[in-house]
Amino acid sequence: MRGAKSAKWVAGAIVVALAATACGGGKSDGGSDAKGKVDPNGIFSMDLGEPEKPLFTGDTMESNGSAVMKSVYSTLVKYKADGSLEMLNAESLTTTDSKTWTVKLKPGWTFHDGTPVTSKSYVDAWNWNANIANAMGLSSWFADIKGFDKVHPEKEGAKPASDKMDGLKIVDDTTFTIELSKPVPYFGHKLAYIPFAPLAASFYKDPKAAGQAPVGNGPYKFKSWDHKKQIEVTRFDGYKGPNKAKNGGVLFKNYTTVEAAYEDLKSGNLDIIRQIGPKDLPVYRDDLGDRAVDQSYSAIQTIAVAYYADMWKKPKPIDPKVLQGLSMAIDRATITKTVLNGTREPATGWVAKGVLGYQENAAGDVTKFDPAKAKQLIKDGGGVPNNKIFIQYNADSGHKEWVEAVCNSIQQAVGVQCTGDGKPDFQADLTARKNKQVKSLYRSGWVLDYPVNANFISDLFRTGADGNQGDFSNKELDAKIAAADSVKTLDESVKAYQAIEKDLVNYMPSIPLWYYKTNAGYSEKVSGVKFGQDGDPILYGVEVHK
Amino acid sequence: MGRYVARRLLQMIPVFFGTTLLIFLMVYSLPGDPVAGLFGDKGADPATLAKIRHELGLDQHILKQYWDYMSNIILHFDFGKQIRNGRPVTEVLGDAFPVTLQLAALAFAFELVFGVSLGIIAGLKAGRLADNIILIFTLLIISVPVFVLGFIIKMVFAFQLGWMEPNVSNDQLFSEMIAPAVVLGGLSLAYVARLTRTSMAENLRADYMRTAVAKGLPKRRIVGVHLMRNSMIPVITFLGTDIGALMGGAVVTEGIFNIKGVGGLIYESISRREGSTLVGLVTVLVIVYLFTSLLIDLLYAVLDPRIRYA
Repeated sequence: MRGAKSAKWVAGAIVVALAATACGGGKSDGGSDAKGKVDPNGIFSMDLGEPEKPLFTGDTMESNGSAVMKSVYSTLVKYKADGSLEMLNAESLTTTDSKTWTVKLKPGWTFHDGTPVTSKSYVDAWNWNANIANAMGLSSWFADIKGFDKVHPEKEGAKPASDKMDGLKIVDDTTFTIELSKPVPYFGHKLAYIPFAPLAASFYKDPKAAGQAPVGNGPYKFKSWDHKKQIEVTRFDGYKGPNKAKNGGVLFKNYTTVEAAYEDLKSGNLDIIRQIGPKDLPVYRDDLGDRAVDQSYSAIQTIAVAYYADMWKKPKPIDPKVLQGLSMAIDRATITKTVLNGTREPATGWVAKGVLGYQENAAGDVTKFDPAKAKQLIKDGGGVPNNKIFIQYNADSGHKEWVEAVCNSIQQAVGVQCTGDGKPDFQADLTARKNKQVKSLYRSGWVLDYPVNANFISDLFRTGADGNQGDFSNKELDAKIAAADSVKTLDESVKAYQAIEKDLVNYMPSIPLWYYKTNAGYSEKVSGVKFGQDGDPILYGVEVHK
Repeated sequence: MGRYVARRLLQMIPVFFGTTLLIFLMVYSLPGDPVAGLFGDKGADPATLAKIRHELGLDQHILKQYWDYMSNIILHFDFGKQIRNGRPVTEVLGDAFPVTLQLAALAFAFELVFGVSLGIIAGLKAGRLADNIILIFTLLIISVPVFVLGFIIKMVFAFQLGWMEPNVSNDQLFSEMIAPAVVLGGLSLAYVARLTRTSMAENLRADYMRTAVAKGLPKRRIVGVHLMRNSMIPVITFLGTDIGALMGGAVVTEGIFNIKGVGGLIYESISRREGSTLVGLVTVLVIVYLFTSLLIDLLYAVLDPRIRYA
């Protein structure tokens, strides 16, 4: 999948734990110890950085903007914690061949300005978002739909041949069909993502103004945006969806640092904090008691291999055994516990937790720390060229500490010289990847776009996929991915991808490191605070106490 | 005097163009692409990247970009738009500068009042107990890093005593600004106190002081007019350049106290390669520096009539 909400890494990575001390355990059961009666009109506050861009459904990729958009818009479907789908604005979503999908909308839904939500609201919005003329960052999400290449030609500077995708047909006010260019069994899951939200008719009159004050169809109405200070949304009383807000609204407050936000949480000026800063991680469980949140979310950190680099290519392609050996030389358990302060969980495969098709131990022994076996594997594979590797990372978001720890672990276990290759910031890191200047390995990561295992495999390891920046390419694997994509049902596809994941160990497209966790907290004023798979709190369920 | 001012103002033109061009080139030469940075790990198709780049004019030659930028500023007072969110830079600066101005003014008043008074006390009692206490106090302030000082103040006054909120809220109340202003002005306060002290201690032995005393003038007048007027020249010089430093250099303090001012904006603009925002910021800061230094130079003549301008 092209452009996705990956800037979350920028935001999320800034708060990656650095402190080198271990921390005490603590349980979080999301229980309520708030006092006083629930106030259904109570407004609570949450820390949120300034959204990077105007609030367009087709251009909101990072977590700050996403949090606001998710409250203002409701898409056709959403997914539950186990990865299965739940209807939201859609009455039903049906397909017989995974190629043509029929959407029936729930009747009576309106936008916040009172206009009805119809099939046209969806079809027009998708066509607008996909159009290259509007340069929306998430436009490639529509690439599955027939006729996408007409509205979004791949070539630089090309003009769109049409402003409508052939695959979208309006049947009546509450029914429309989507025809894809080829079957995509998990297409329904993609529809939960924000670029697929409907847009009100007023949007097209002045998109620029709408980007500053979106009119949605979701549980919350957009109220105001005081740039770099706060954004306010209030409950939409005419909302007909199942996820009706149990509170009066949300005040998204901007903070200069996570530490400042945490101080405000402690002194009662803030109700929910999404991420605890490195400084406070060792103490936050003691500070907050059972209001401390510690749960996994669907994201994974890996070390990706720059397959184009000379050291892996010349004189002959590297044997995957060498990479298996390097993987087994990393002591994940100790590093996550000490260097990362318990904010990560050792990975045992390439698909993150909470995703449909997640399987434990998919990578087998490869993620276990075993210096003896690691040495043997590297020897069997012909050794590391020059016995020297580099791990590239961006030094602006706290990756240095764990990269060094990983390097130390490799060096001690198998005697391969390992050096961190720090780039000053994320932009410089990306440029080096884009220009194929990565010396041997680089830090990489992935947050779910949709909770199906295909997202962690096809979008990362398929030849030419945008997430595949290390130029990994394998014909056998491509064929298997194509086969898994062309089956008729979601179940079959998930199973096929599970088999592929088990098989990845023979190719080693990347070295899985650990799964991310949400380390957050909330104040005594609120209860019912739960965090979703994407690491964001679920706003509508929060109850505010008097 | 008039000619001097005119010449100084004319000198500002090359300085203005020189600094802005330098900043422009520096931002441009940093590795990393601001547009690709929008997409992160997951990348984007070249068509979309090219389209965004074209819309922002980033596909032009750097000198052409600079030319367009400068002519827009001069002809239309248009500082361009931010790459990420398309907000006009004038609006972004308009949000950040008043806050920082308020903070800087407060810090400046703090360092002026307390710095100069401490300096006077120390200067008049040079070598005595009060002087030594002030020397030790200023040494302490100079040697404590800003973030430590900020942390200690928060720790004591916000969490232990509960006299203040730990952070500045979005309303930026005057009362909330006092603590950050103390932290921000603290370092300069120490320098002001020391400069005042030394300068006064020196001038106390000057001939005109002896004459003033011999004339039998009241002590108030000797110190207030004869001594102070001459001793203030180095202090005023320092204070003048410090206004600019206070406005631009508050990155740490603003971060600690959650103030959305110029400091954070500079940091953000560099890390996001927001060239237009950065150049706009620097342009305003350069103007602030130029005007304060002009003002200082003119003040010299008022303080010491021996200094004349042609």
